[in-house]
Amino acid sequence: MSRNVTVTVNQSEHTCEVEPRLLLVHLLRENLGLTGTNIGCDTSQCGSCTVLMDGQAVKSCTVLAVQADEANITTIEGLAQEGELHPLQESFWEKHGLQCGFCTPGMIMTAHDLLSRNPDPTDTEIRHGLDGNLCRCTGYHNIVTAIQAAASSIRS
Amino acid sequence: MYPFNFEYHKASSVSEAISLLNQHDGAKVLAGGHSLIPAMKLRLSDPGVLIDIGKIDDLHGINASKGAVTIGGLTTHSDLAASIVVPIGLSETAGTVGDQQVRNRGTIGGSVVHADPAADLPTMLVALRASFHISGPTGNRTVSAEDFFTGMFETDLEDGEILTAVEVADEQSGTGSAYSKLFNPASGYAMVGVAAVVTVASGKCTEASVVLGGLTPSVMVASSVADSLVGVKLEETSIAAAAEAVQNDLGSDVLGDIHASADYRRAMAPVYVRRAVAAAVERAG
Ligand SMILES: Cc1cc2nc3c(=O)[nH]c(=O)nc-3n(C[C@H](O)[C@H](O)[C@H](O)COP(=O)(O)OP(=O)(O)OC[C@H]3O[C@@H](n4cnc5c(N)ncnc54)[C@H](O)[C@@H]3O)c2cc1C
Ligand code: FES
Ligand code: FES
Repeated sequence: MSRNVTVTVNQSEHTCEVEPRLLLVHLLRENLGLTGTNIGCDTSQCGSCTVLMDGQAVKSCTVLAVQADEANITTIEGLAQEGELHPLQESFWEKHGLQCGFCTPGMIMTAHDLLSRNPDPTDTEIRHGLDGNLCRCTGYHNIVTAIQAAASSIRS
Repeated sequence: MYPFNFEYHKASSVSEAISLLNQHDGAKVLAGGHSLIPAMKLRLSDPGVLIDIGKIDDLHGINASKGAVTIGGLTTHSDLAASIVVPIGLSETAGTVGDQQVRNRGTIGGSVVHADPAADLPTMLVALRASFHISGPTGNRTVSAEDFFTGMFETDLEDGEILTAVEVADEQSGTGSAYSKLFNPASGYAMVGVAAVVTVASGKCTEASVVLGGLTPSVMVASSVADSLVGVKLEETSIAAAAEAVQNDLGSDVLGDIHASADYRRAMAPVYVRRAVAAAVERAG
């Protein structure tokens, strides 16, 4: 019953033989060793497994690997370019947008989608944009500040 | 969490999907997977065979022509929310579904076929008097949104059929649509969801369609509210009075759960009717 799935993850192409029930998050973590994408709830609520699929944020615990066949995936590991952190990574660091860091990869990937739709969001728009992501540590305040800082750095 | 194992087929056209569905007993269609996959992971659903329609080009896209807008069955909530050609109440409704990640995957076809009583799109589509285009082994047919929803998680769709598109009329000037929702604070689904479509001429309501979601096992047309609106000059007090008529529409079968009791939902119903109607009136201009 296995099938071949070809995905481009962080710009490199992989073909894997998978069971149809394999979830995208397991393909990334177990088959490809990309453990930056976390599993929090496993029930589509917390957003810690968020990755970009063809540029859009998706909860990879709720996508089958076979549905990602021929897709372009970006995980947190794919954001830094040539050793330079992405502005979102830089600003989460600078503005203390994390404490334990468990939610951070998902927060950053969701923020990436948000800023691609709305490069100059209000704080309220950021909070709504993060509806699908839970953080148990920060109280969200510094996450919003970090995304504002990244937005302004990307705009300039 | 893993689902039970299943056989997987990817369809590249509607006709291939229909023939695959009819070759495999108990096979289910997979669209965005945002109702199906969570249920399969919890092992509440075990379809055995999935027919993935996600890559069928004909099911994508929103097209406006000759007074109507046709929305492909695979249109995501996110694309619907961003569309400027669909009635504003419909894009507004799509924007309230779940969260951005859910909206990026979930589809209009999946939402209406799943027919969750707490879903958002069915409520608005009945209010807009949408029609659903369906293809099956014996050909194509069209059914009105109102006739499509037959009960809790139950629809008029037969085994082996696919919902290919949803059609709504263009919004005419003088008509406004709006959706107002009491969110479940945890899941974001509607505990009360009200869709209103109102036509106004010289300050008076000439036509109204008000539909309730989240409250009853299946979407409910609030005809008492609509009757109380038609012919009336629409102001704060008359809208509030008409909204109270929702109690006549609701009947005894109001849903309740740990998030919101039936009494609470019933008490909130007129509040959200009032908000949806007032917003629709404002948009009618
Ligand atoms: C965390 C979370 C929050 C959510 N919040 C909300 C919310 O606030 N409001 C809301 O309304 N919904 C909500 N949803 C549900 C979401 O809208 C789903 O996307 C939608 O209900 C199903 O669409 P889908 O494309 O994912 O369908 P799938 O899960 O792929 O399919 C659902 C059902 O429909 C059938 N089906 C799908 N497409 C077709 C078709 N074209 N023809 C025939 N049969 C078809 C499938 O066989 C299956 O039985 C939420 C989901 C999640 C995971
Ligand atoms: S692990 Fe995917 S949403 Fe929580
Ligand atoms: S920083 Fe710990 S969960 Fe967000």
